[in-house]
Amino acid sequence: MKFDAPATNNPIDQLKVVGKPLDRVDGPLKVTGTAAYAHDRYDSIPNQAYGYVLGSAIAKGKIKPMNVSAAKAAAGVLGVVTAENAGKLGKGDYNTAKLLGGPEVDHYHQAIAIVVAETFEQARAAAQLIQVEYTKADGSYDLHAAMATAIRPEKIFGGEADSSAGDFDKGFAAAPIKFDATYETPDQAHAMMEPHATIAAWHGDTLTLWTSNQMIDWSTGDIAKTLGIPKEKVRLSSPFIGGGFGGKLWIRADALMAALGARATGRPVKVALARPFMFNNTVHRPATVQRIRIGATQQGKITAIGHESWSGDLPGGGPEVAVMQTRLLYAGENRMTAMRLAVLDLPEANAMRAPGEAPGMMALEIAMDEMAEKLGLDPVEFRIMNDTQVDPENPSRPFSMRTFAECFKTGAEKFGWNNRNAKPATRRDGRWLLGMGVAAAFRNNLLMKSAARVRLDSRGTVTVETDMTDIGTGSYTIIAQTAAEMMGVTLDKVAVRLGDSTLPVSAGSGGQWGGACSTAGVYAACVKLREEVARALGLNHPDATFVDGELRVGNRRIPLAQAAAKKELVGEDQIEYSDVDKKYQQSTFGSHFVEVGVDAATGEVRIRRMLAVCSAGRILNPKTARSQVIGAMTMGVGAALMEELAVDKRAGFFVNHDLASYEVPVHADIPHQEVIFLDEVDPLATPMKAKGVGELGICGVAAAVANAIYNATGVRVRNYPITLDKYIKGLPEVA
Amino acid sequence: MTKPSEIELSRRQLLAATGASVAAATYPSAVAAQASTQTPSTARVSFTVNNTVRKLEVDTRTTLLDALRENLRLPGTKKGCDHGQCGACTVIVDGKRINSCLSLAVMHEGGKITTVEGLGNPKRLHPMQAAFVKHDGFQCGFCTPGQICSAVAVLDEIKAGIPSHVAADLNAAPQISNAELRERMSGNICRCGAYSNIVDAITEVAGRKA
Repeated sequence: MKFDAPATNNPIDQLKVVGKPLDRVDGPLKVTGTAAYAHDRYDSIPNQAYGYVLGSAIAKGKIKPMNVSAAKAAAGVLGVVTAENAGKLGKGDYNTAKLLGGPEVDHYHQAIAIVVAETFEQARAAAQLIQVEYTKADGSYDLHAAMATAIRPEKIFGGEADSSAGDFDKGFAAAPIKFDATYETPDQAHAMMEPHATIAAWHGDTLTLWTSNQMIDWSTGDIAKTLGIPKEKVRLSSPFIGGGFGGKLWIRADALMAALGARATGRPVKVALARPFMFNNTVHRPATVQRIRIGATQQGKITAIGHESWSGDLPGGGPEVAVMQTRLLYAGENRMTAMRLAVLDLPEANAMRAPGEAPGMMALEIAMDEMAEKLGLDPVEFRIMNDTQVDPENPSRPFSMRTFAECFKTGAEKFGWNNRNAKPATRRDGRWLLGMGVAAAFRNNLLMKSAARVRLDSRGTVTVETDMTDIGTGSYTIIAQTAAEMMGVTLDKVAVRLGDSTLPVSAGSGGQWGGACSTAGVYAACVKLREEVARALGLNHPDATFVDGELRVGNRRIPLAQAAAKKELVGEDQIEYSDVDKKYQQSTFGSHFVEVGVDAATGEVRIRRMLAVCSAGRILNPKTARSQVIGAMTMGVGAALMEELAVDKRAGFFVNHDLASYEVPVHADIPHQEVIFLDEVDPLATPMKAKGVGELGICGVAAAVANAIYNATGVRVRNYPITLDKYIKGLPEVA
Repeated sequence: MTKPSEIELSRRQLLAATGASVAAATYPSAVAAQASTQTPSTARVSFTVNNTVRKLEVDTRTTLLDALRENLRLPGTKKGCDHGQCGACTVIVDGKRINSCLSLAVMHEGGKITTVEGLGNPKRLHPMQAAFVKHDGFQCGFCTPGQICSAVAVLDEIKAGIPSHVAADLNAAPQISNAELRERMSGNICRCGAYSNIVDAITEVAGRKA
């Protein structure tokens, strides 16, 4: 199905199942420990051996020949694979650094060997017996030091390195009110709860991976390319994923090393990356330095806006696209953005939840708060004043819909924003300094092709098959809801199979495109199945409706199951798009409101209240969508207050590589959270009229927290995370 | 009264013992070499898991977590970090919640262990499991078995009058409040950030019990 015109009335609009806050269909499995994640799949294949991956102890340099004889001789060991005996390996399209190092080492904890043994304990113990000698080389590990040599990158996801409209330099110079500040965001880790894990088995020249992966088709292609085998010879299965946040968009060392270990030993091999290994072995969101300049009239109309960002990555990698939202978010005739990329020999930088916008909004939305104060304007009012209904670089291109101002008006009213005192450090509750902060949320809506197959059997059961993944987002549930709505059946009549490379290729889970695009693909397949049903019953009629398990035309009512009585019916199709997203800018919008208390004596910050108002088209399931948003708000609190990979600038690695020293929010950090979805549909997005929401929720949260801390204390911190050492000296005198 | 020489002696013994353990920690590969070239040391252990007696012969290095998962094929209990930092492996042993990754299987002779599989099944959910579904107290579900085991044990801890860090008065009976639940549940990380919903779920179960 080609989506080339705004969606008109369609069966989804009935909203009998879609749009309802239903419990997850896979909920009972997840709460009883019966949902089988990669490492739980004992039943997938018998005789599994255990693999343990060894990582490089240097960041850059060469391995002299390794001595693996003691490891090979150790009890229970079945084999050891290193670059020396792994055979010729390529590199996947989505990997920057190779997954098996040696003799060259590209980054700290790059995998350099796998030991396969009968038990986990034996594999782990034997891995310690491998003797490795290194020749270290000098590397570049300090973003600030490398900024001077940063270049304009060519390889960028979603645009050009530089953009301009009007004349920024002139416009900024002429602006009566000017603001110019530089912000810093640190390296961050996905830290999903499930470590990367894979069971690999070979049957002749065919490889099966039971793994944990967000993008089945990308990763099937990449493991094949890495091993130098045809894509058809690889099968991936990933029905449950214990969190990804971008970290499982691609194959990682668990998948490759399990495949190599299995090939070398002739046994199925099970590998999970050890937690302290993940932070340097896998990928991370890179640190940025961002300069933001805003020029405005005395009244607060933005006339010039500029955003520059510097980040680093391994050779061949890409920049953090932190300026992207600034091209679209606020009005103003004179504009510029620029990204520069330095070479850093730290572990591979790559996508983490809302790449670009998440760190970009951390900076931009503090800058907007600072500029509002300079103008003497309320920060809500300042943002609404500079709203735009068109792409500011190209005013002939409207947004498909944009209820940005509505997000702020609704949020301000619900949150009690009028109780905020614009003068910082003026509200107290006992020992707590109180402050409120606000920020915009913004994330583009990306359209990806997505296919599905839908079957109807003689019992009237509808089975949906697609390689879409559920990383906790609720894909199983919204896909079941979509099929139930389209085929006119109840949710218990729908079965959903996901995450297998033998199924039609979906959009996958990334860039907040998964929910809207995969359900649109299921919609397309259901349209085909409806045609098949009507044809089988000899009722090919445009007025046929699918209601309560029946097909109805005029007075005739025929049970759906009857259509498949003799033969199962199958509908298969994919959703693809014409230039609708070029004619119209598609984005999602929101506002974040936060209230904090800051201990007047110790500087401890406690989040007191949080509210997000989201505009993302139709919300397919308000319960699971809300969970995505509160989860994103929680991750945003982490970004604001605690998350930072500490770089050892001499040895070139992230020092705090576990969950005790890389702190993420825990229960005690997070209060009750509120989310409001504006009641709307976007007919220009897909036939579902829905857009993504899972990444929108994180964009801007950290800045809202930062702005609340400023409002509470009067101290402005421009480098994240906002730990108390950065502001305690500036706190008001304790009475 | 203790003689000074006795104190001297015990202090010297203590220093000697500390020195030995530091030396061992500095050369882990030498220790590993000794351990792994020989046949693994195994031991028999017997404990009750979800009301069934299980007898095992395990590698003495095997954690309770790995014994449950790899030896008994009970994969509900998850390995999130394998060193006591995330709470995904929380199980209830002899009425108390523990991180099963920080405990060796052989330490639990005669123990009574409850895992998430022992609380309920998809057809017959434990009230806490049902409340987690209703309040959507999870997304990816990986930390969920640990959260649920922790939550069940937390309500028992409050009922037993065990104080927490946020108790204002150590002598008063602890209350089921948002602050108490958040404090007591903070050893269970949820990176999907379902905390607000998890506390709603636990609060509902606590209310139903009361």
